[in-house]
Amino acid sequence: MAETQDVATRQSADVQKPERQVVLNPPVDICEDAEGITLVADMPGVSRDRLNIEVDKNSLLIEGDAHFDMPEGIQALYADIRSTRYRRSFSLSPELEPNNIDATLKDGVLTLKIPKRAELRPRKIEVRVD
Amino acid sequence: MFNRLTPFESSLFDEFQRLEREMDDLFGRWPWPIGIRSATRGSFPPVNVGATSDEVDVYLFTPGVDPKTLDISIQQNVLSVSGERKLPKKEDANYYRQERFDGEFRRAIMLPEDVDADRVEARCENGILHIRVQRREAAKPRQIEVK
Repeated sequence: MAETQDVATRQSADVQKPERQVVLNPPVDICEDAEGITLVADMPGVSRDRLNIEVDKNSLLIEGDAHFDMPEGIQALYADIRSTRYRRSFSLSPELEPNNIDATLKDGVLTLKIPKRAELRPRKIEVRVD
Repeated sequence: MFNRLTPFESSLFDEFQRLEREMDDLFGRWPWPIGIRSATRGSFPPVNVGATSDEVDVYLFTPGVDPKTLDISIQQNVLSVSGERKLPKKEDANYYRQERFDGEFRRAIMLPEDVDADRVEARCENGILHIRVQRREAAKPRQIEVK
């Protein structure tokens, strides 16, 4: 009985965490060609030093903090964007080569090129005529 | 950081926004008048507007757009920004997701009445276009001295 109550209180304490950081899901374009997968994400306000990309065998995480100049004492009148934190993650598949990801960031657009393992790239099969 | 720009992120305001969104979804329209120049939720580019007693700051989130191609104009207190974001398309690729905006856009932003349309500056950094419009002197709070 006492245990049930304990669990209940702990849960509600977790739910009411005061620091409720809103995270933005950056919109992405993802396409695949013979070489690999290209992922493009809109992350305006993020510079290279505030960008973090984490990759392991199965997953890819992109996150970044947007920064922009704001004068002292500014008050919001209207806001479409209500956070400065971007985060999105993706699961990868085994034919991709996560160690050779090529990342570029330009004007708030992040482009990731995730190559396929060389041995798994589609090959043209030549038909020999003897 | 940006939390500072959203001081009214109170639960009431959130609740109001959620309600508005749900009403939008349900009925396709909001029973009360909306701003005549306001854009649909999720329009490109997203806009944030903030103000101090000296200036009004408009932030347009335009990643990947060359700022030189943007057309920015201000008439009285309506700021208009239009342009185009043309995304390069890979011909021989399969697209799984296309969430990023592609095409022409225009947004009009109503600013407070007291902005000075002659004193505007715009700069672009990391895909955020920051437009600063100065306010007229008369609008600034004045200290009143007691004699």
